[in-house]
Amino acid sequence: MTDLPASAARSTWNASDWHEALVVEAYAETPTARTIRMRLPEAAALPALVAGQHIDVRLTAPDGYTAVRSYSLASAATGGILEITVEELTDGEVSPYLVRGLDVGDRLEIRGPIGGWFVWLDEEPAPVQLIAGGSGVVPLMAMIRAHEAGTNPSPFRLLYSVRSPEMAYYRAELEELARVSPRFDLDWVYTRRAPSGWPHAPGRLDLTRLAASVQPLGSTALTYVCGATPFVEFVADALVRSGRDPARIRTERYGGAEGG
Amino acid sequence: MGLFSPGFMGRRREPVPGLPPGQHLVTDFPVLSIGPTPRVTPEEWRFSITSESGLMTTWTWDEFQALPQEDVTVDIHCVTSWSKFGTGWRGVSLDTLLDGVDTQAGFAMARSYGGYTTNVPLDELRGGKAWVAHQFDGSPLAPEHGGPARLLVPALYFWKSAKWLRSIELSTRNDPGFWEQNGYHMHGDPWREERYW
Repeated sequence: MTDLPASAARSTWNASDWHEALVVEAYAETPTARTIRMRLPEAAALPALVAGQHIDVRLTAPDGYTAVRSYSLASAATGGILEITVEELTDGEVSPYLVRGLDVGDRLEIRGPIGGWFVWLDEEPAPVQLIAGGSGVVPLMAMIRAHEAGTNPSPFRLLYSVRSPEMAYYRAELEELARVSPRFDLDWVYTRRAPSGWPHAPGRLDLTRLAASVQPLGSTALTYVCGATPFVEFVADALVRSGRDPARIRTERYGGAEGG
Repeated sequence: MGLFSPGFMGRRREPVPGLPPGQHLVTDFPVLSIGPTPRVTPEEWRFSITSESGLMTTWTWDEFQALPQEDVTVDIHCVTSWSKFGTGWRGVSLDTLLDGVDTQAGFAMARSYGGYTTNVPLDELRGGKAWVAHQFDGSPLAPEHGGPARLLVPALYFWKSAKWLRSIELSTRNDPGFWEQNGYHMHGDPWREERYW
Protein backbone atom coordinates (compact mmCIF):
# COMPACT_ATOMS: atom_id res chain seq x y z
CA MET A 1 0.00 0.00 0.00
CA THR A 2 1.63 3.20 -1.06
CA ASP A 3 -1.17 5.70 -0.71
CA LEU A 4 -2.27 5.39 2.87
CA PRO A 5 -4.14 8.45 4.03
CA ALA A 6 -2.85 10.25 7.06
CA SER A 7 -4.09 8.41 10.10
CA ALA A 8 -6.94 9.92 12.04
CA ALA A 9 -5.31 12.33 14.41
CA ARG A 10 -4.80 11.25 17.99
CA SER A 11 -6.41 13.50 20.52
CA THR A 12 -7.40 13.55 24.14
CA TRP A 13 -10.68 11.96 23.03
CA ASN A 14 -10.03 8.27 23.44
CA ALA A 15 -11.65 6.08 20.82
CA SER A 16 -11.79 3.22 23.36
CA ASP A 17 -13.93 5.14 25.85
CA TRP A 18 -17.71 5.06 25.85
CA HIS A 19 -19.55 8.35 25.49
CA GLU A 20 -23.16 9.22 26.08
CA ALA A 21 -25.14 10.41 23.06
CA LEU A 22 -28.67 11.86 23.13
CA VAL A 23 -31.00 10.79 20.32
CA VAL A 24 -32.36 14.03 18.86
CA GLU A 25 -34.04 12.76 15.72
CA ALA A 26 -35.07 9.41 14.26
CA TYR A 27 -37.03 8.70 11.10
CA ALA A 28 -37.75 5.90 8.67
CA GLU A 29 -35.25 5.96 5.83
CA THR A 30 -36.84 3.00 4.03
CA PRO A 31 -39.43 0.40 5.09
CA THR A 32 -36.63 -1.51 6.83
CA ALA A 33 -34.13 1.14 7.83
CA ARG A 34 -34.05 4.10 10.16
CA THR A 35 -31.83 7.14 10.32
CA ILE A 36 -30.84 8.16 13.85
CA ARG A 37 -29.27 11.49 14.70
CA MET A 38 -27.63 11.96 18.06
CA ARG A 39 -25.88 14.72 19.90
CA LEU A 40 -22.79 14.36 21.97
CA PRO A 41 -22.75 16.45 25.15
CA GLU A 42 -18.98 16.37 24.94
CA ALA A 43 -19.00 17.50 21.31
CA ALA A 44 -16.28 20.05 21.93
CA ALA A 45 -13.87 17.23 22.67
CA LEU A 46 -14.79 15.21 19.58
CA PRO A 47 -11.85 14.88 17.19
CA ALA A 48 -12.42 15.95 13.61
CA LEU A 49 -14.32 13.14 11.94
CA VAL A 50 -13.11 11.74 8.68
CA ALA A 51 -15.79 10.77 6.18
CA GLY A 52 -16.14 6.99 6.06
CA GLN A 53 -15.42 6.25 9.71
CA HIS A 54 -17.66 4.19 11.96
CA ILE A 55 -18.72 4.15 15.57
CA ASP A 56 -19.60 1.36 17.96
CA VAL A 57 -23.02 1.55 19.63
CA ARG A 58 -23.65 -0.14 22.99
CA LEU A 59 -27.06 -1.05 24.38
CA THR A 60 -27.61 -2.07 28.00
CA ALA A 61 -30.48 -4.26 29.20
CA PRO A 62 -32.02 -3.84 32.67
CA ASP A 63 -29.88 -6.66 34.06
CA GLY A 64 -26.68 -5.09 32.80
CA TYR A 65 -26.32 -7.27 29.73
CA THR A 66 -24.79 -5.26 26.92
CA ALA A 67 -24.60 -5.65 23.16
CA VAL A 68 -22.27 -3.76 20.84
CA ARG A 69 -22.44 -3.29 17.07
CA SER A 70 -20.54 -1.11 14.60
CA TYR A 71 -22.32 1.39 12.36
CA SER A 72 -20.85 3.62 9.70
CA LEU A 73 -21.45 7.32 10.13
CA ALA A 74 -23.50 8.94 7.40
CA SER A 75 -22.40 12.46 8.13
CA ALA A 76 -19.35 14.35 9.19
CA ALA A 77 -20.57 15.46 12.63
CA THR A 78 -21.22 19.11 12.03
CA GLY A 79 -22.34 20.76 15.25
CA GLY A 80 -21.63 17.65 17.29
CA ILE A 81 -24.44 15.69 15.62
CA LEU A 82 -23.68 12.14 14.56
CA GLU A 83 -25.91 10.37 12.06
CA ILE A 84 -26.22 6.66 11.39
CA THR A 85 -28.69 4.67 9.32
CA VAL A 86 -29.52 1.21 10.64
CA GLU A 87 -30.95 -1.61 8.54
CA GLU A 88 -33.14 -3.98 10.53
CA LEU A 89 -31.72 -7.45 10.14
CA THR A 90 -33.89 -10.54 10.39
CA ASP A 91 -33.18 -12.15 13.76
CA GLY A 92 -30.91 -9.25 14.64
CA GLU A 93 -30.36 -8.48 18.29
CA VAL A 94 -29.47 -4.79 18.19
CA SER A 95 -30.87 -3.50 14.90
CA PRO A 96 -34.58 -4.23 15.68
CA TYR A 97 -34.25 -2.15 18.82
CA LEU A 98 -32.56 0.74 17.01
CA VAL A 99 -35.09 0.65 14.16
CA ARG A 100 -38.31 0.10 16.17
CA GLY A 101 -37.63 0.48 19.89
CA LEU A 102 -35.44 3.52 20.35
CA ASP A 103 -37.14 6.91 20.86
CA VAL A 104 -36.04 10.50 20.52
CA GLY A 105 -34.78 11.56 23.93
CA ASP A 106 -33.27 8.14 24.67
CA ARG A 107 -29.56 7.83 25.14
CA LEU A 108 -27.08 5.54 23.49
CA GLU A 109 -23.50 4.88 24.31
CA ILE A 110 -21.03 5.25 21.52
CA ARG A 111 -17.34 4.64 21.01
CA GLY A 112 -15.15 5.99 18.25
CA PRO A 113 -14.92 7.40 15.63
CA ILE A 114 -12.85 4.53 14.29
CA GLY A 115 -11.05 3.82 11.05
CA GLY A 116 -8.37 5.45 8.96
CA TRP A 117 -8.58 3.48 5.71
CA PHE A 118 -12.06 3.45 4.22
CA VAL A 119 -12.13 7.23 4.45
CA TRP A 120 -12.06 10.22 2.14
CA LEU A 121 -9.98 13.26 3.01
CA ASP A 122 -10.80 16.70 1.67
CA GLU A 123 -7.26 17.14 0.34
CA GLU A 124 -7.60 14.02 -1.87
CA PRO A 125 -6.82 15.20 -5.42
CA ALA A 126 -8.22 12.23 -7.36
CA PRO A 127 -11.67 11.85 -8.87
CA VAL A 128 -13.75 9.50 -6.76
CA GLN A 129 -15.93 6.60 -7.81
CA LEU A 130 -18.30 5.32 -5.15
CA ILE A 131 -20.07 1.99 -5.59
CA ALA A 132 -22.70 0.95 -3.06
CA GLY A 133 -24.95 -2.04 -2.62
CA GLY A 134 -27.97 -1.49 -0.36
CA SER A 135 -27.08 -0.26 3.10
CA GLY A 136 -23.44 -0.03 1.99
CA VAL A 137 -24.14 3.51 0.88
CA VAL A 138 -23.89 4.89 4.42
CA PRO A 139 -20.13 5.58 4.65
CA LEU A 140 -20.18 6.74 1.03
CA MET A 141 -22.90 9.25 1.92
CA ALA A 142 -20.59 10.69 4.55
CA MET A 143 -17.98 11.17 1.81
CA ILE A 144 -20.51 12.77 -0.55
CA ARG A 145 -21.69 15.16 2.15
CA ALA A 146 -18.13 16.07 3.14
CA HIS A 147 -17.24 16.66 -0.49
CA GLU A 148 -20.28 18.86 -1.06
CA ALA A 149 -19.64 20.79 2.15
CA GLY A 150 -16.08 21.58 1.06
CA THR A 151 -14.47 23.04 -2.02
CA ASN A 152 -12.55 20.03 -3.38
CA PRO A 153 -13.14 20.31 -7.15
CA SER A 154 -12.62 16.60 -7.97
CA PRO A 155 -15.69 14.92 -9.40
CA PHE A 156 -17.60 12.33 -7.39
CA ARG A 157 -19.70 9.65 -9.00
CA LEU A 158 -21.95 7.23 -7.15
CA LEU A 159 -23.20 3.94 -8.55
CA TYR A 160 -25.92 2.75 -6.20
CA SER A 161 -27.46 -0.72 -6.48
CA VAL A 162 -30.76 -1.24 -4.66
CA ARG A 163 -33.47 -3.88 -4.80
CA SER A 164 -36.24 -1.40 -5.59
CA PRO A 165 -36.77 2.38 -5.55
CA GLU A 166 -38.24 2.53 -2.06
CA MET A 167 -35.25 0.66 -0.61
CA ALA A 168 -32.80 3.43 -1.53
CA TYR A 169 -31.31 5.40 1.35
CA TYR A 170 -31.10 9.20 1.02
CA ARG A 171 -32.88 9.13 -2.33
CA ALA A 172 -34.22 12.69 -2.31
CA GLU A 173 -30.93 14.17 -1.17
CA LEU A 174 -28.90 12.19 -3.71
CA GLU A 175 -31.16 13.08 -6.62
CA GLU A 176 -31.21 16.73 -5.65
CA LEU A 177 -27.41 16.74 -5.41
CA ALA A 178 -27.08 15.07 -8.78
CA ARG A 179 -29.37 17.75 -10.22
CA VAL A 180 -27.66 20.81 -8.74
CA SER A 181 -24.05 19.85 -8.13
CA PRO A 182 -21.53 20.10 -10.96
CA ARG A 183 -19.25 17.82 -8.94
CA PHE A 184 -21.59 14.88 -8.38
CA ASP A 185 -23.06 12.27 -10.71
CA LEU A 186 -25.44 9.49 -9.77
CA ASP A 187 -26.23 6.14 -11.41
CA TRP A 188 -28.84 3.68 -10.15
CA VAL A 189 -29.03 -0.07 -10.55
CA TYR A 190 -32.33 -1.76 -9.59
CA THR A 191 -31.96 -5.45 -8.98
CA ARG A 192 -35.59 -6.56 -8.39
CA ARG A 193 -37.93 -3.76 -9.43
CA ALA A 194 -37.20 -0.53 -11.31
CA PRO A 195 -39.27 2.66 -11.39
CA SER A 196 -41.78 2.77 -14.23
CA GLY A 197 -40.20 3.99 -17.42
CA TRP A 198 -36.70 3.07 -16.25
CA PRO A 199 -34.56 2.30 -19.32
CA HIS A 200 -33.01 -0.88 -17.90
CA ALA A 201 -34.71 -4.11 -16.89
CA PRO A 202 -34.21 -4.93 -13.21
CA GLY A 203 -31.24 -7.19 -12.63
CA ARG A 204 -28.01 -7.55 -10.80
CA LEU A 205 -25.19 -5.20 -11.61
CA ASP A 206 -23.31 -6.73 -14.54
CA LEU A 207 -20.07 -5.97 -16.32
CA THR A 208 -21.72 -3.81 -18.97
CA ARG A 209 -23.58 -1.62 -16.52
CA LEU A 210 -20.53 -1.40 -14.30
CA ALA A 211 -18.28 -0.30 -17.16
CA ALA A 212 -20.84 2.29 -18.28
CA SER A 213 -21.36 3.71 -14.82
CA VAL A 214 -17.90 4.32 -13.43
CA GLN A 215 -15.27 6.99 -13.91
CA PRO A 216 -13.45 6.33 -17.19
CA LEU A 217 -10.73 3.70 -17.17
CA GLY A 218 -7.32 5.30 -17.08
CA SER A 219 -8.44 8.07 -14.83
CA THR A 220 -6.64 8.10 -11.52
CA ALA A 221 -9.96 7.62 -9.77
CA LEU A 222 -9.99 6.35 -6.25
CA THR A 223 -12.76 3.79 -5.91
CA TYR A 224 -14.67 2.92 -2.75
CA VAL A 225 -16.89 -0.17 -2.79
CA CYS A 226 -19.23 -0.99 0.07
CA GLY A 227 -21.97 -3.57 0.39
CA ALA A 228 -22.54 -7.23 1.11
CA THR A 229 -19.60 -9.53 0.46
CA PRO A 230 -20.82 -11.08 -2.84
CA PHE A 231 -21.49 -7.59 -4.25
CA VAL A 232 -18.11 -6.25 -3.16
CA GLU A 233 -16.31 -9.33 -4.44
CA PHE A 234 -17.99 -9.05 -7.83
CA VAL A 235 -17.38 -5.33 -8.24
CA ALA A 236 -13.78 -5.30 -7.01
CA ASP A 237 -12.87 -8.34 -9.09
CA ALA A 238 -14.48 -6.88 -12.21
CA LEU A 239 -12.67 -3.58 -11.78
CA VAL A 240 -9.31 -5.30 -11.35
CA ARG A 241 -9.90 -7.56 -14.33
CA SER A 242 -10.78 -4.52 -16.45
CA GLY A 243 -7.33 -3.14 -15.74
CA ARG A 244 -7.79 -0.92 -12.75
CA ASP A 245 -5.06 -0.64 -10.14
CA PRO A 246 -6.04 -2.76 -7.09
CA ALA A 247 -4.20 -0.26 -4.91
CA ARG A 248 -6.76 2.38 -5.94
CA ILE A 249 -9.75 0.30 -4.84
CA ARG A 250 -10.84 0.30 -1.22
CA THR A 251 -13.51 -2.01 0.08
CA GLU A 252 -15.72 -2.36 3.10
CA ARG A 253 -18.15 -5.21 3.54
CA TYR A 254 -21.15 -5.97 5.62
CA GLY A 255 -20.78 -9.36 7.16
CA GLY A 256 -23.45 -11.99 7.43
CA ALA A 257 -27.11 -11.80 8.29
CA GLU A 258 -26.23 -12.27 11.92
CA GLY A 259 -24.15 -9.16 12.16
CA GLY A 260 -26.82 -7.03 13.75
CA MET B 1 -22.29 -0.31 33.95
CA GLY B 2 -23.49 1.56 30.95
CA LEU B 3 -26.61 3.53 30.26
CA PHE B 4 -29.86 1.75 30.58
CA SER B 5 -31.51 1.31 27.15
CA PRO B 6 -35.30 1.44 27.79
CA GLY B 7 -36.99 -1.61 26.34
CA PHE B 8 -33.83 -3.34 25.24
CA MET B 9 -33.76 -6.89 26.51
CA GLY B 10 -31.04 -8.44 24.40
CA ARG B 11 -30.91 -12.03 23.44
CA ARG B 12 -28.60 -13.61 25.96
CA ARG B 13 -29.08 -13.89 29.69
CA GLU B 14 -26.10 -15.99 30.68
CA PRO B 15 -22.45 -15.26 30.02
CA VAL B 16 -21.16 -17.51 27.24
CA PRO B 17 -18.00 -19.31 28.30
CA GLY B 18 -15.23 -18.55 25.87
CA LEU B 19 -16.77 -15.33 24.59
CA PRO B 20 -14.52 -12.32 25.23
CA PRO B 21 -16.07 -9.07 26.51
CA GLY B 22 -17.98 -7.01 23.95
CA GLN B 23 -18.24 -9.90 21.47
CA HIS B 24 -21.28 -11.75 20.07
CA LEU B 25 -21.44 -15.16 18.47
CA VAL B 26 -22.08 -15.78 14.78
CA THR B 27 -22.33 -19.02 12.88
CA ASP B 28 -21.57 -17.62 9.43
CA PHE B 29 -18.12 -16.35 8.49
CA PRO B 30 -18.15 -12.65 7.69
CA VAL B 31 -15.50 -11.33 5.31
CA LEU B 32 -13.63 -8.10 5.98
CA SER B 33 -10.83 -6.79 3.83
CA ILE B 34 -9.41 -3.52 2.66
CA GLY B 35 -9.41 -3.97 -1.09
CA PRO B 36 -9.88 -6.41 -3.94
CA THR B 37 -9.16 -10.04 -3.16
CA PRO B 38 -5.69 -10.95 -4.47
CA ARG B 39 -5.67 -14.05 -6.69
CA VAL B 40 -2.57 -16.12 -6.05
CA THR B 41 -2.17 -19.60 -7.48
CA PRO B 42 -0.29 -22.28 -5.53
CA GLU B 43 2.22 -22.37 -8.43
CA GLU B 44 3.20 -18.74 -7.99
CA TRP B 45 2.82 -18.76 -4.20
CA ARG B 46 5.95 -18.30 -2.12
CA PHE B 47 6.24 -17.86 1.61
CA SER B 48 9.31 -16.58 3.38
CA ILE B 49 10.54 -15.74 6.84
CA THR B 50 13.30 -13.18 7.16
CA SER B 51 15.26 -12.80 10.37
CA GLU B 52 16.43 -9.45 11.76
CA SER B 53 19.87 -10.13 10.27
CA GLY B 54 18.32 -10.41 6.81
CA LEU B 55 18.56 -14.17 6.41
CA MET B 56 15.59 -15.40 4.40
CA THR B 57 14.02 -18.84 4.32
CA THR B 58 11.58 -19.45 1.46
CA TRP B 59 9.06 -22.20 0.82
CA THR B 60 7.30 -23.08 -2.41
CA TRP B 61 3.77 -24.48 -2.18
CA ASP B 62 5.02 -28.06 -2.50
CA GLU B 63 7.75 -27.54 0.10
CA PHE B 64 5.19 -25.95 2.45
CA GLN B 65 2.78 -28.86 1.96
CA ALA B 66 5.58 -31.32 2.73
CA LEU B 67 6.05 -29.85 6.23
CA PRO B 68 4.29 -31.48 9.19
CA GLN B 69 0.63 -30.49 9.05
CA GLU B 70 -1.59 -29.83 12.06
CA ASP B 71 -5.37 -29.82 12.36
CA VAL B 72 -6.64 -27.32 14.88
CA THR B 73 -10.06 -26.24 16.10
CA VAL B 74 -10.09 -22.76 17.56
CA ASP B 75 -12.39 -19.85 18.40
CA ILE B 76 -11.83 -16.66 16.43
CA HIS B 77 -12.68 -13.11 17.45
CA CYS B 78 -13.05 -10.16 15.09
CA VAL B 79 -12.60 -6.62 16.39
CA THR B 80 -15.89 -5.69 14.71
CA SER B 81 -17.42 -7.70 17.58
CA TRP B 82 -18.31 -11.06 16.07
CA SER B 83 -16.80 -14.27 17.35
CA LYS B 84 -17.03 -17.69 15.80
CA PHE B 85 -16.50 -20.82 17.87
CA GLY B 86 -14.96 -24.10 16.83
CA THR B 87 -13.45 -23.19 13.48
CA GLY B 88 -11.43 -26.00 11.91
CA TRP B 89 -8.16 -25.33 10.14
CA ARG B 90 -5.24 -27.26 8.69
CA GLY B 91 -1.83 -25.73 8.39
CA VAL B 92 1.75 -25.59 9.52
CA SER B 93 2.65 -24.43 13.01
CA LEU B 94 4.82 -21.35 13.25
CA ASP B 95 6.96 -23.41 15.63
CA THR B 96 7.77 -25.65 12.67
CA LEU B 97 8.38 -22.72 10.34
CA LEU B 98 10.55 -20.85 12.87
CA ASP B 99 12.55 -23.96 13.73
CA GLY B 100 16.05 -23.30 12.50
CA VAL B 101 15.52 -19.54 12.11
CA ASP B 102 18.18 -17.92 14.23
CA THR B 103 16.65 -14.86 15.85
CA GLN B 104 16.66 -12.69 18.93
CA ALA B 105 13.78 -10.60 17.56
CA GLY B 106 10.80 -9.76 19.71
CA PHE B 107 8.41 -8.84 16.91
CA ALA B 108 7.09 -10.05 13.59
CA MET B 109 5.57 -8.20 10.66
CA ALA B 110 3.26 -10.33 8.54
CA ARG B 111 3.03 -9.19 4.92
CA SER B 112 0.36 -10.21 2.45
CA TYR B 113 -0.11 -10.44 -1.27
CA GLY B 114 -2.01 -7.23 -1.97
CA GLY B 115 0.04 -5.17 0.44
CA TYR B 116 -1.63 -5.72 3.80
CA THR B 117 0.61 -5.80 6.86
CA THR B 118 0.13 -6.53 10.54
CA ASN B 119 2.54 -6.64 13.47
CA VAL B 120 2.50 -9.44 16.03
CA PRO B 121 4.80 -10.04 19.02
CA LEU B 122 6.91 -13.10 18.23
CA ASP B 123 5.83 -14.64 21.55
CA GLU B 124 2.28 -14.83 20.15
CA LEU B 125 3.49 -16.88 17.18
CA ARG B 126 5.37 -19.49 19.24
CA GLY B 127 4.36 -22.23 21.62
CA GLY B 128 1.61 -23.83 19.58
CA LYS B 129 -0.37 -20.59 19.23
CA ALA B 130 -0.10 -19.75 15.53
CA TRP B 131 -0.23 -21.44 12.14
CA VAL B 132 -0.01 -20.73 8.45
CA ALA B 133 -3.36 -22.24 7.47
CA HIS B 134 -4.40 -23.41 4.02
CA GLN B 135 -7.59 -25.35 4.73
CA PHE B 136 -10.81 -24.30 6.42
CA ASP B 137 -13.36 -26.94 7.43
CA GLY B 138 -11.57 -29.53 5.34
CA SER B 139 -11.50 -27.58 2.09
CA PRO B 140 -8.83 -25.40 0.49
CA LEU B 141 -9.03 -21.92 1.93
CA ALA B 142 -11.22 -19.72 -0.31
CA PRO B 143 -9.59 -16.59 -1.73
CA GLU B 144 -11.94 -14.24 0.14
CA HIS B 145 -10.93 -15.91 3.38
CA GLY B 146 -7.24 -15.56 2.64
CA GLY B 147 -6.35 -18.47 0.39
CA PRO B 148 -4.01 -19.96 -0.67
CA ALA B 149 -2.75 -19.49 2.90
CA ARG B 150 -3.28 -17.14 5.79
CA LEU B 151 -1.79 -16.53 9.18
CA LEU B 152 -3.91 -17.93 12.02
CA VAL B 153 -3.35 -16.38 15.45
CA PRO B 154 -6.60 -17.13 17.28
CA ALA B 155 -5.46 -15.63 20.59
CA LEU B 156 -5.53 -12.16 19.02
CA TYR B 157 -8.25 -10.22 17.18
CA PHE B 158 -8.58 -11.64 13.71
CA TRP B 159 -7.09 -8.70 11.80
CA LYS B 160 -3.76 -10.05 13.08
CA SER B 161 -4.41 -13.30 11.16
CA ALA B 162 -3.26 -11.83 7.85
CA LYS B 163 -4.92 -13.24 4.74
CA TRP B 164 -2.94 -14.07 1.58
CA LEU B 165 0.21 -14.40 3.67
CA ARG B 166 3.41 -13.84 1.72
CA SER B 167 6.12 -13.29 4.32
CA ILE B 168 6.96 -12.78 7.94
CA GLU B 169 9.78 -10.41 8.81
CA LEU B 170 11.32 -10.57 12.25
CA SER B 171 12.49 -7.42 13.92
CA THR B 172 13.75 -6.08 17.21
CA ARG B 173 11.34 -3.14 16.72
CA ASN B 174 7.58 -3.22 17.06
CA ASP B 175 6.60 -1.29 13.95
CA PRO B 176 2.87 -0.78 13.32
CA GLY B 177 1.20 -2.66 10.48
CA PHE B 178 -1.74 -1.51 8.36
CA TRP B 179 -4.62 -1.32 10.84
CA GLU B 180 -2.19 -0.51 13.63
CA GLN B 181 -1.40 2.72 11.75
CA ASN B 182 -5.09 3.30 11.20
CA GLY B 183 -6.54 3.32 14.67
CA TYR B 184 -6.20 -0.27 15.87
CA HIS B 185 -4.25 -1.66 18.79
CA MET B 186 -0.60 -2.75 18.53
CA HIS B 187 -1.28 -6.01 20.40
CA GLY B 188 -4.99 -6.89 20.03
CA ASP B 189 -5.85 -9.28 22.89
CA PRO B 190 -9.64 -9.83 22.76
CA TRP B 191 -9.80 -10.75 26.47
CA ARG B 192 -8.39 -7.34 27.35
CA GLU B 193 -10.44 -5.62 24.62
CA GLU B 194 -7.31 -4.19 23.01
CA ARG B 195 -9.30 -2.86 20.06
CA TYR B 196 -8.32 0.69 19.36
CA TRP B 197 -5.59 3.13 20.37
